[in-house]
Amino acid sequence: MINRFEDVIIQTICRLLVPPIQLFALYVIAHGHYSPGGGFQGGCILAASFILLVIAYDLKEASKRMSEKINIMYCCIGVIIYSGIGLLCVILGSNYLDYGILNSIIPVEPAAARSLGILGVEIGVGIAVMAVMVSIFINIASGGEHGESEELE
Amino acid sequence: MIWQLDILILFIVVLCALAAITVKDLLSSAILLGAYSFLMCLLWTEMGAVDVAFTEAAVGAGISTAFFFGAIFVTTRRTKD
Repeated sequence: MINRFEDVIIQTICRLLVPPIQLFALYVIAHGHYSPGGGFQGGCILAASFILLVIAYDLKEASKRMSEKINIMYCCIGVIIYSGIGLLCVILGSNYLDYGILNSIIPVEPAAARSLGILGVEIGVGIAVMAVMVSIFINIASGGEHGESEELE
Repeated sequence: MIWQLDILILFIVVLCALAAITVKDLLSSAILLGAYSFLMCLLWTEMGAVDVAFTEAAVGAGISTAFFFGAIFVTTRRTKD
């Protein structure tokens, strides 16, 4: 779908817009546990910055920055962070995702351990949502032929 | 909460939703759906549900519009019916 379309204005503006969008997304993820926002919204905004890059350039140029293999790896890493923190609480002798017990391995108060645990889970959710949203967009935009054309070349 | 603003936004939301399902051009339909999502986001902010409004702005007006564009570019732009 997305063919190369040379336009200096669009490409420059989009390239300049991508870093502020990603910075805002990281802000939303980092402040998600005590203000509006969180992993899901921040991940969506991160994915939007990548989609902007795909629209301004083309699929090949964007794949150089983040290939489909790395994208799937990010998706798995996000799920592993989320479930790993949850399982760590079970291993330490509490319920799944009950972060209060984490203060036995981190030298902080139980309340601060809860806050840090939620932050870790938000980061995991953010990475997974970003990877899945980018993957869905690339699959829709290329008609499901993105990975196959990569192997042919 | 200002009820005049509520009524006004609600009226435009209904207008956008009706326009999105009646228009023949799918690209304008996707844009109208994005406008609908953004106005819903305004409505939720105005009612005090900031987290829901944030999700609506990020997912409804941002990502899903991009998905619709991707789907329209690989299929047809005009509806058959």
